[in-house]
Amino acid sequence: MADKVGIEVSVAIGDAVKLAKADVVAAYPITPQTHIVEHLAELVASGELDAAYIPVESEHSAMSACLGAAATGARVFTATAGQGLELMHEVVYVASSMQLPMVMAVANRALSSPLSVWGDHSDVMSVRDVGWIQMFVENGQEAVDNVLCAFRIAEDRRVLLPVMVHLDGFHLSHMIEPILFPEQAEVDRFLPPNQYPFPLDTGKPVTMGAFAPPVIYSETKKAQEVNIRASQEAIIECWQEFGDAFGRYYSPVEGYHSEDARVLLLTMGSFSETAMTAIDKMRGDGKSVGLVRLRLWRPFPFKEIRQAVKEAEVLIVVDRALSFGGPGGPVCSEVRSALYGEAKRPKVVSFVGGLGGRDISLDGFETIVTRGMEIAETGSEREFEMFGVRE
Amino acid sequence: MTKPENMMTWKDLEIGSIVTEPGNASQYQTGAWRSQRPIHDFTKCIKCGLCSIFCPEGCIGQNAEGYFEADLFYCKGCGICARECWTRAIKMVEEEE
Amino acid sequence: MEKYAVYVPRLVTKEEIFAPGHRACIGCGEALAVRLVCKALGRDVIIVNATGCMEIVSSQLPYTSWQVPWIHTLFENTAAVASGIEAALKVMSKKGKKPARDTRVVAFAGDGGTSDIGLQALSGAMERGHDFLYVCFDNEAYMNTGIQRSSSTPFGAATTTSPAGKMSIGQTSWKKNMPAIAVAHNIPYVATACPSYPFDLMAKVARGLATPGPAYIHVLSVCPTGWRCPPDLTIRMGRLAVETGIFPLYEVENGKYWLSIDSSELRPVTDYMKLQGRFRHLSEDVVEEIQRRVKAEYAGLRRKARRRHHEGG
Repeated sequence: MADKVGIEVSVAIGDAVKLAKADVVAAYPITPQTHIVEHLAELVASGELDAAYIPVESEHSAMSACLGAAATGARVFTATAGQGLELMHEVVYVASSMQLPMVMAVANRALSSPLSVWGDHSDVMSVRDVGWIQMFVENGQEAVDNVLCAFRIAEDRRVLLPVMVHLDGFHLSHMIEPILFPEQAEVDRFLPPNQYPFPLDTGKPVTMGAFAPPVIYSETKKAQEVNIRASQEAIIECWQEFGDAFGRYYSPVEGYHSEDARVLLLTMGSFSETAMTAIDKMRGDGKSVGLVRLRLWRPFPFKEIRQAVKEAEVLIVVDRALSFGGPGGPVCSEVRSALYGEAKRPKVVSFVGGLGGRDISLDGFETIVTRGMEIAETGSEREFEMFGVRE
Repeated sequence: MTKPENMMTWKDLEIGSIVTEPGNASQYQTGAWRSQRPIHDFTKCIKCGLCSIFCPEGCIGQNAEGYFEADLFYCKGCGICARECWTRAIKMVEEEE
Repeated sequence: MEKYAVYVPRLVTKEEIFAPGHRACIGCGEALAVRLVCKALGRDVIIVNATGCMEIVSSQLPYTSWQVPWIHTLFENTAAVASGIEAALKVMSKKGKKPARDTRVVAFAGDGGTSDIGLQALSGAMERGHDFLYVCFDNEAYMNTGIQRSSSTPFGAATTTSPAGKMSIGQTSWKKNMPAIAVAHNIPYVATACPSYPFDLMAKVARGLATPGPAYIHVLSVCPTGWRCPPDLTIRMGRLAVETGIFPLYEVENGKYWLSIDSSELRPVTDYMKLQGRFRHLSEDVVEEIQRRVKAEYAGLRRKARRRHHEGG
């Protein structure tokens, strides 16, 4: 039985990719993802990871090289953050619409301008509609576990979709955490070899990327939507089997004292950990509060969200991204939309905070809960509240 | 025969809209485009094959006697073969409908 | 260039990897170029294609003109996708995940997808030394979107975004020397080719394919639609481009230049330009300027080059 290792989460992700025996890594460095790709380069150079490492000249080429490698049937990994995700924007659409399995770790980072290398979810929100499976991890153990799950989900014959694993830039990527690594033999058992059904192969020539005139384009998009929606079943199944094999279970929505709480907080990513501590403290003070942690972002778990919040009176959603001129908090707007048709639903309040690396402390979450309850009571002229901004 | 696209449902599509029948575009009759057609005087044809090299469609092949002739199912009537044939065995004439 | 007997076309394979039924314009020099390149490539290739004329005419869902594995994704990333395929093939056969076949990776892109929007990806792939053949099909403008100028559009040519008018002679910059950029990356094989010289083109493709490392071939693709010339003159136009010195045929092997045809006496550029509507508006002054520069550049090329000598003359 292995021991937990104290290791930087970025480096641990590299080790997870090594355990997964990836074939091709094509990546471009960008803060705060650099330690992931540096460690992968070391692993390849030392021979510990038998893979092709392509030090491409930009993120657009990184994702493009990943397309080519995945189309050839290789197991593919890359990582990016912030501006890098933006630069590969048009390419990520192609990965999902062409159904090319791959795994990408995104060390979530704020977007320019002004330049910010620090963490928030604005890069995530720019790729909401691209058609990738997307999940959030809150700590190092989750990061390692879900990189392994991501390969299995992506390459599942019923799915065949690329998967993004989101981790908070700096807040998680650069933390040293205690992580238990599975044994190679265990991973080999859990992760079958990639058997992409239509690789580019002279034995069976295929044409990939034909263009679609209006008469058929809509059909291709319906097929794409049906497929990503159906993937949720395979995702849940994978997490169940991972839990059975390794003892750690994951699900699309995870609650923390949420079943009987009158007031619920909803967070994504590592702020959930601070929020959980804040919940403990507030409950200790007698408040009826709980936390809903959204893990599976795409496909959006409508059923699980409705189930998780149905008994609450107030739901306070804390977003780490801002949709300018729009609903404010993107996650909140999606949650609201999920609850709109429910006969019984909580009052939903939107907070946006933690932008560009700004932390939200224990006290901060307490303030958010108090202020959120006030707004639920009295209403507000504003669509959302920005938290922690100096006026 | 490939199902025509205006009859395909979303279920007919392969994953990622991959096309798995190599070269099935050969079902498309590009010959319907032309306004001129090549006519051949085989008494002048020396069977060199240069016309078949220069045809952008790749639709010129040898008939039973070995003379080079355009496949009118594909021939778009560009006239390159007539222009390049050095014995002037090919002439372009107006397509009559 | 080698001298062939009259019947050598019959020695060329009859297989059409780029199948008829494609939707290229009548008389398309680029379709012909692709067809001939494919004859030299054979079946053991994976083709990566940029967005552009050849991609559009050959792959309208649910049809394909391609008889070999073929992938199109975007406009500017051909060389990057090719890099990924090349790396995957290498590592997967090394790891025993794929049978060790000698499948070659070939990239097709137009002048836009090569010297403009695709330049970064190509530069990166050449610098990293991937083992692939890149073929640029140069029809001298962004033809597929409607004849807009590219950096490969010749000086003085009229396009929809460099139209001739009172204030403009058309394209005001000289054609970007893409083969020279490829040579500057120190890759082992660079060549120019034209389907009007089909056997030279096919020999160069074979040589590029067999060269380990990056190989780059720049193919002049006559476009009757965009250049405004009759569709039956495609082959003649290509010959004139070579005979006037406007598009010289040469190879560069490990930095050494070899002329494929040495024209000590160049035909006047007007022989080529007067047949094309895109040059119709040019004044004598501009044509003289073009003539001077073409002559100077050709002389420069001759100084750099050797003449390849073949047995049997």
